Amino acid sequence: MTKDTILKVEHLSMKFGGLMAINDFSFEARRGEITALIGPNGAGKTTVFNCITGFYKPTMGMITLARRNGKELLLERLRDFEINKVGGVARTFQNIRLFSGLTVLENLLVAQHNALMKASGYTILGLLGLPAYRKAVDLSIEKAKYWLDKADLTDRADDPAGDLPYGAQRRLEIARAMCTGPELLCLDEPAAGLNPRESAALNTLLHSIRDEGVSILLIEHDMSVVMEISDHVVVLEYGQKISDGTPDHVKNDPKVIAAYLGVEDDEVDEVIAEELEGGRH
Amino acid sequence: MASASANQNLMGKALREGLFAGVIAFLMFLLFVGVETYQDINNALVWRTRWGLLAIFVVVAAVGRFVTVAFIKPHMDQRKLNKAKQGLLDVSDEKGFLRRHFLKFALVLLLVYPFLSLLIVGKQGSLKYVDNFGIQILIYVMLAWGLNIVVGLAGLLDLGYVAFYAVGAYSYALLSSHFGFSFWILLPLSGIFAALWGIMLGFPVLRLRGDYLAIVTLAFGEIIRLVLINWTDVTKGTFGIAGIPKATFFGIWSFDTGATNNFVKAWGLSASSIYYKIFLFYIILALCMLTAYVTIRLRRMPIGRAWEALREDEIACRSLGIDTVTTKLTAFATGAMFGGFAGAFFASRQGFVSPESFVFLESAVILAIVVLGGMGSLTGIAIAAAVMVGGTEILREMSFLKVVFGPDFTPELYRMLLFGLAMIIVMLFKPRGFVGSREPTAFLKERRAVSGSFTKEGHG
Repeated sequence: MTKDTILKVEHLSMKFGGLMAINDFSFEARRGEITALIGPNGAGKTTVFNCITGFYKPTMGMITLARRNGKELLLERLRDFEINKVGGVARTFQNIRLFSGLTVLENLLVAQHNALMKASGYTILGLLGLPAYRKAVDLSIEKAKYWLDKADLTDRADDPAGDLPYGAQRRLEIARAMCTGPELLCLDEPAAGLNPRESAALNTLLHSIRDEGVSILLIEHDMSVVMEISDHVVVLEYGQKISDGTPDHVKNDPKVIAAYLGVEDDEVDEVIAEELEGGRH
Repeated sequence: MASASANQNLMGKALREGLFAGVIAFLMFLLFVGVETYQDINNALVWRTRWGLLAIFVVVAAVGRFVTVAFIKPHMDQRKLNKAKQGLLDVSDEKGFLRRHFLKFALVLLLVYPFLSLLIVGKQGSLKYVDNFGIQILIYVMLAWGLNIVVGLAGLLDLGYVAFYAVGAYSYALLSSHFGFSFWILLPLSGIFAALWGIMLGFPVLRLRGDYLAIVTLAFGEIIRLVLINWTDVTKGTFGIAGIPKATFFGIWSFDTGATNNFVKAWGLSASSIYYKIFLFYIILALCMLTAYVTIRLRRMPIGRAWEALREDEIACRSLGIDTVTTKLTAFATGAMFGGFAGAFFASRQGFVSPESFVFLESAVILAIVVLGGMGSLTGIAIAAAVMVGGTEILREMSFLKVVFGPDFTPELYRMLLFGLAMIIVMLFKPRGFVGSREPTAFLKERRAVSGSFTKEGHG
């Protein structure tokens, strides 16, 4: 594992009954970069995500996470909630999962559960209202305010999360994930259903998160978003990796073009042959 | 001219609907009001008809529907229309003075309630108002507040809550009669025992979700009751445990008539059991306040927020690093602990416990109170408890109904009907319970109640 790798997925396979959703898939995500996982519908992107974030136990394979402090963790051996608590991996969901009956601020405070639990002496000391706990609460509200500001939600802090418009809910979900203090942020189709303006706001948010040193792994459908913000792209089709590299490299990969445009396999060979010929000229 | 024909139309409609309601009432009540079974002199089960009573039920339903459609509904519509014309908003944030200070008034009223009843109806009359109404309602308030932590906050549907009530009551009964520990030692002990039982039951049970969790908790509630019935060596089975010592005034004064430090003698009062009842009233009031205080405090702690988050979305909780199993267990244990406190209090108040007090119906009543009050809302639940438990007590008082329904009429028997009726009315007009909104636990600028339409009920 090289020094700047944060996540290394090796020979990952996931079987649902007779269906091989992911077949021997390997890739690496580097620290401080935005890595995108793309592919056509049903390629297995979300399954990979669920394996990394502990919602599925992979049938085979190894998922190694390198923490900033030098520790290496095998994510497939951790329990689902430990991936966030111990591993520092936070995620969002394709179909937004906010605590809709809690306010926006409360959503961000719930995300700081583990830190606050420790500060409250697992509730017992907190019930007594010790100053150390009160300080921790103030800090947690400051942190929530910081992310509210970044996600442009400060005005709506006291509204129920379920009352926000769609784009704001997406941003809130990212802000909530960031409040857990992760090193790796996994986003499942963050731009789905956003209008161009909201999409642009999302890009700025993601860049500012990356600039804080948090690595991002994202699934995206929309090629234009991916090409604009990601540093590294991995392409998945039918559970297998078909391309891996910089956005420019991937964009011009005939296999990727074929996968997205839906050409037959023999035509792909033709395209490759043409490319090779073109290169010779 | 047009209004006259519209009026006629309305009357026709009201008549039709009234008749229809009468027919439905007839079919519905035919078997369980129109026919009565009883044991005759040879102990054989025979049946007789009660056409008169059935007729009263049918007439009440038909006339009620007629009046509603013909007069009440047009009147309400007119009022709404007038309001809309005046441009007044139907929902107004401005609350009246009484509503803003409702809780303070309620607390003061509760504090002076026993003395108020002493003043108005005297010592002998107060027994009923302090014991049957005051203490009985407050026990249910406490139980419902305890269950509220499990069902209303954490969203875990627990149909066997009465098990923890039973554990508390039997802990008190057994430990006090075998070891002679006092009430004030056993009260916390009973709570701790019940909480331990909550954790023990919770471990296997909380892997399940939704309907499955509900069924398994129901089964555990029954298991506890069956153990109490069949473990006769310890629990004396269906005979129950009698002669449970009364609570003492912190060991200073006793309420036993034979004791040397008897409270009544020490203060030179005339002998009456009302002093003990008033004392019990204040104990259960204090226990209720403790439950409310802990619930309010816990809601603002990370654990309480995690409970509510769990109710909203369990998967999101796990993605945020919240250990859902321990979080559910703490909710279960905390709820069980308050059930145990209430159980210990119940045992000392009755002086007698038997498995009959801990049937499934009790769980159902407590759950109904939580749902009617509005899940998660302490005020709503307290109101619901007062209405439901007080309502059944008031039914006992309604002997004047005998004039209408005949001398055999026993109003208490209809309390389940009252429950059903209250449920239907509340669900029709306030589908989220008396208090459907939730108070946020933290805020930046202003605390605004969250409408019930955003909160979820939880899926276990």
